Amino acid sequence: MSGFDFDFHGLRLTALSSGALLSGDHATLIAADLHLGRSLRSTRDGGLPLPPFETIDTLTRLETEVQRHRPRRVVLLGDSFDSDAVRMHLPSAALSGLDRIAAATDLVLVSGNHDPGAGLPAQLWLGEVALRHIAGEGPDISGHYHPKLRIAGASFPVFLISHRHIVLPAFGTYTGGMFWSEPALQRLMPSGIAIAATHRPFAIPLAHKRVT
Amino acid sequence: MMPPKFSDWFARQGWTPHPHQIALLHATGDSLLIAPTGGGKTLAGFLPSLIELAEGWDGLHTLYVSPLKALTHDIARNLARPVADLAIPVRIEDRTGDTGAARRARQRVDPPQILLTTPESLALMLSYERAPVMFGNLRRVVLDELHALAESKRGDQLMLGLARLRRLAPQLRVTGLSATVQQPAALAEFMGGATVIHADPGPAPDIAMLPTRTAPPWAGGGGRYAVPDVLDAVRDARTTIIFINTRAQAELFFQAIWAANDDNLPIGLHHGSLSHEARARVEAAMAAGELRAVVATGSLDLGIDWGNVDLVIQVGAPKNVKRLVQRIGRANHRYNAPSRARIVPANRFEVIECVAALQAVAEGDLDGDGRGPVAASGGLDVLCQQILLTACAGPFAADALFAEVTTAGPYRALSRADFDACVDFCATGGYALRGYDRWQRLVLGDGLWRLRDPRSARLIRMNVGTITAPEMLRVRRRGRGGAPLGEVEEAFAATLTPGDTFLIGGQTVRYDRLRDMVVEVTPQPGRDPRIAVFNGLKLATSTELSARVLALIGDRAAWSALPPDIRDWLDLQDRISVLPRPGTLTCETFPRAGQWHFCAYSFAGRNANQTLGLLLTRRMEQDGLGPLGFVATDYALLIWSVDPVRDAARLLSGDALRDGFAKWLSDNALMKRSFRSVATIAGLLQRNLPGQRKTGKQATFSSDIVYDTLRRYDPNHILLRITEQQAATGLVDFGRIEHMLAARDQVVLAQAPHVTPLAAPLLLEAGRVPIRGEGRLRIAMAEANALMAEMQAGG
Repeated sequence: MSGFDFDFHGLRLTALSSGALLSGDHATLIAADLHLGRSLRSTRDGGLPLPPFETIDTLTRLETEVQRHRPRRVVLLGDSFDSDAVRMHLPSAALSGLDRIAAATDLVLVSGNHDPGAGLPAQLWLGEVALRHIAGEGPDISGHYHPKLRIAGASFPVFLISHRHIVLPAFGTYTGGMFWSEPALQRLMPSGIAIAATHRPFAIPLAHKRVT
Repeated sequence: MMPPKFSDWFARQGWTPHPHQIALLHATGDSLLIAPTGGGKTLAGFLPSLIELAEGWDGLHTLYVSPLKALTHDIARNLARPVADLAIPVRIEDRTGDTGAARRARQRVDPPQILLTTPESLALMLSYERAPVMFGNLRRVVLDELHALAESKRGDQLMLGLARLRRLAPQLRVTGLSATVQQPAALAEFMGGATVIHADPGPAPDIAMLPTRTAPPWAGGGGRYAVPDVLDAVRDARTTIIFINTRAQAELFFQAIWAANDDNLPIGLHHGSLSHEARARVEAAMAAGELRAVVATGSLDLGIDWGNVDLVIQVGAPKNVKRLVQRIGRANHRYNAPSRARIVPANRFEVIECVAALQAVAEGDLDGDGRGPVAASGGLDVLCQQILLTACAGPFAADALFAEVTTAGPYRALSRADFDACVDFCATGGYALRGYDRWQRLVLGDGLWRLRDPRSARLIRMNVGTITAPEMLRVRRRGRGGAPLGEVEEAFAATLTPGDTFLIGGQTVRYDRLRDMVVEVTPQPGRDPRIAVFNGLKLATSTELSARVLALIGDRAAWSALPPDIRDWLDLQDRISVLPRPGTLTCETFPRAGQWHFCAYSFAGRNANQTLGLLLTRRMEQDGLGPLGFVATDYALLIWSVDPVRDAARLLSGDALRDGFAKWLSDNALMKRSFRSVATIAGLLQRNLPGQRKTGKQATFSSDIVYDTLRRYDPNHILLRITEQQAATGLVDFGRIEHMLAARDQVVLAQAPHVTPLAAPLLLEAGRVPIRGEGRLRIAMAEANALMAEMQAGG
C-alpha cells in the first residue's frame, strides 16, 4: 500500500490506495461513502438478499488504515450508513470495528443524503477547506459521486482533484461507481487530475479524450 | 386415426401423410419425434391437436414451446392455412416477451385453444395464481427444437415448467420435436421419458465447398473475399439463406454484399442484435417470397419454415457437424429433394475445418451431445429461480415441490439436501451470518412457504429466465423519437469516442454520445466503419471435429484432400515455425505490436484451453512476464504479455499446473463470469435489462464484489458451490488438460520471427479474457504518464 502526495489550499494531502485521504499535518484520515448496512437495507425493503458481510469488510479495511496511519481524527464524509433506519437495525457485532475506531480516535461523521437525519454536522473545516458530503462552492473535500475512470481499457475508482474540489472514491465494499464522463461529474470537474486508487496510486490528467 | 376430413385435406394438397405423422397420431403416451428439418415435423406435432380441436374445445388445449420468438410467429402463420381450410373452431395466439401487457392479462383469463410461447414466458405464466385454472384443461404440449433447448439451462427451466404442467393437468400428453441427434434416448430421458419416433432422414444432402475466384485469406472471419461467388450463387438460386457465425461478421458481410450487388437483388439481414421491428420486417419479406437472400446468424438457425429456400450457404467454418447438417436441412423443404448447401471457409485454417466437416457429413458421423448424463445435470441456480417463481404463484409445501421437481428429467437425481439448500437460499439467502432473518424473502407457516412481502413477486418475475447475456445498450438515431437500430455490448460502447463510426443494421453510423444509457448515433453513409460491433454468440467446435482437424494437419498423407494453397500454407507454417504433430504439444512465440505472443496448439477444446489460459497466465504473473490477456479456441490458446515466454516445458509442467489449479478457484475472471450468471439466475442479482438502468447510478456495483465478499466470508455458500460445480464440468475441464499433457508429453517451443499462419486467425478471435494484473497496470500507468507529459507540454 502506498499513497500519492499533493497540495490543496495549504494542505499537504496523501491519496491512499484504499480510497481514503490522509492529512498528515492535521493527523486526520478522511473517507467517504461507506454505505454501511447496504445489504440490510436491500433485504429489508424486499430487494435482493445481498450477502450481509459488507459492513464488516468495510470497517475492517478502515480499521487497517487507522492502525497504519494512527490519525488523531477520522472524518467520514456522509453516506456512512446506507440509511438512517438501518443504523438502528445493524447487529452491534457488525459495528464493533466502528466502536474501536471511535475509541482510538476522534471519530466525526458528516451527514449525507442517505443518512441525513441522525443529528450529524453538515460540514467541518480543515484550515480553509470544507469537509462535506456533496461538493459546494469550494475549496472543499467531499464524496457522494463514487467517481471512477477508464483509461487504456482499464477502469479504477479515483480521487478527482481540481482547483476547487477534491472528490473521494467510495470506501464502502458494496458501492458502484460513476464514470468521470457522466454529465454530473463533467460539470463539477471539467478539468484537473485523477488519482487511481490502486495498490500503486498514479495520476491521470482529466479533460483528455482518451480518458473517460 | 385420421378423420376423413383431414385425409381429404391432405389429398387436396397433393400430399400423403408421412409415416411419422401417422405414428404420432397413434401414439398413446409421450413421444419424441426425430426428423430432419423439412420433414413436416411441425404439422406432425400439431395434427393430433387439430383433430381433437375440430370438435371444439373450451379453454387452453395445446401449448407449443419453442426456443425462439420468431418461431412462434412462423408457426402461427403455417397453422393458419389448415385451420382455415378445415374450418377448425380454434384461436391461435402467441405469448412471448413481445406480447403487450393487456393481451397477456386477457390470455390469463381467457386463453386461446392453442398458445405459442417460449420457456421464459411459460415460467412467467406459471408464476401467477391463476395458473392452475389456465392450464387445468390442457391436453397437449409440443416442444419444438428440443435438441437446442436441451443443451442449455433454458431446457432445465422448460422441464421444470413441464413437471408443473403435468401436475396441473395429469391427462397431458407431450410431444418433443428434434432435429437429428446422436443420442435420441438421452433426449427422451431429458423430457421425462418418451417413445422415440424416427422419421425417414430423406435423401443425402448435396453439400460441397463453394468454388471461389480467389483463395481465402490467412486470417479473418468475415468471408468477404467470397462475396462475388456468393452473389453468383444467390443469382442462380431461387432463395438463399447465408449463415454467418457471428453478428459482427453478418453485419460486415451484409455491407460487403450490398457494395457488390450491382443487380440490386433484394437481400436482407437478420440477427439477434437488430431491433424487433427490423427482424420482423425481414421475416415477413422472407415469408412473402420478396427476398432472394437473407444474411443471418443463429437467430434464424432453428426450424423457421421458409418453404421456398433452395440453397444454404455457410460462411465460416461450421464448428459443429450436427449444426451443419441442421443448417443444410433448411434448404429445400420439399421432403424428397436433396438439400443443397455450399460452405465458404473464412480463412485458410477454416478450409481444413470445412474439409474435415465434409468428411464427417459424408461418413454420417455426427458429434456427440454436449450434455453428460441427463438425470444429474439440472442446474441448481435454475431450481432456485423455480422455487421463487413457485412462491409467487402461492404458498407451497416443500415436500410436494420436491416430489414435483424430481419428475423433471434433468432433476431425477436431485438430492433432498441440495433441494433444501436451494429453499434455504431462497428464504434467507443461506448465509453463514444469520443477521437479517426477520426480513427473509420466504417465510414458513403452517407447513407452507410463502413470500414475506407479496410485492417482491414483481422483482422476482422481472428476473425470470436463464439467458444471461453481456450487458447491452440500446442504439438509437439521434434526435427526437430517433429510430431504434439495435443493441451493442456495453463493453464495446465503452471503447467509443464521439466521432467513431461502426456498423449496425447494415449501415455505418457515427457515435455522438451516450445518454440515459442509450447510444445515440447519426447515420453516416459512405464512411468506413472503424470497427464492427458485438461478439455475438460464440460457437464451440465439437470435440470430434477438433480431433478430425488435428489428424488432418498432422498427417501429410491426408493432405491430398486439401486445396493446393492450403498445403502450401501448412508448409509455410512448418518452415517459419512448427506444425502440430501427434504426441507433441506444439507451442510457438512471436512478437507483434509491441507485445509477445505465446501460442499453444493443444486441440483440447475451448473450455480446457480457457482453464489452461488462466493457469498459465497466473504462472506468468508470478514469473513477472506481465501477461495482459489470452484467448482460447477449440484448437489453441494464445497469450499476450509484456515479456516473452522462454521455457514452455517448465510453464506447462503438470505438477506446477496442478499446484496452480488448487489455488485457482479463489480468483479468476472465468469464475466471476460464471458466478454472475449463476447469481442472476438464482435471484441474488438483478438481471440488467437494456435501457432500464439510470444514467451513472452509483448504487449498482459489480457482481465481482459480491463474489469476492462471499469467497472471503462465506466460502461454503451454495451459490459458490453451484459456480464451482458448473465450472468444473463446463468451463474448467481440467481432466482434459491432464489427458492432453499425458498424451502429448513432449513440449515443443518454436520461436517465429512474426505472426505465423496458424496463429493469425487467433488474433481476430472474439472472447478475449483480460488479465488485470501488473502488466495492465504498467500499461495504464505508461499511458497516464504520456498524457501528463502531453498536457504539461501543451499547456
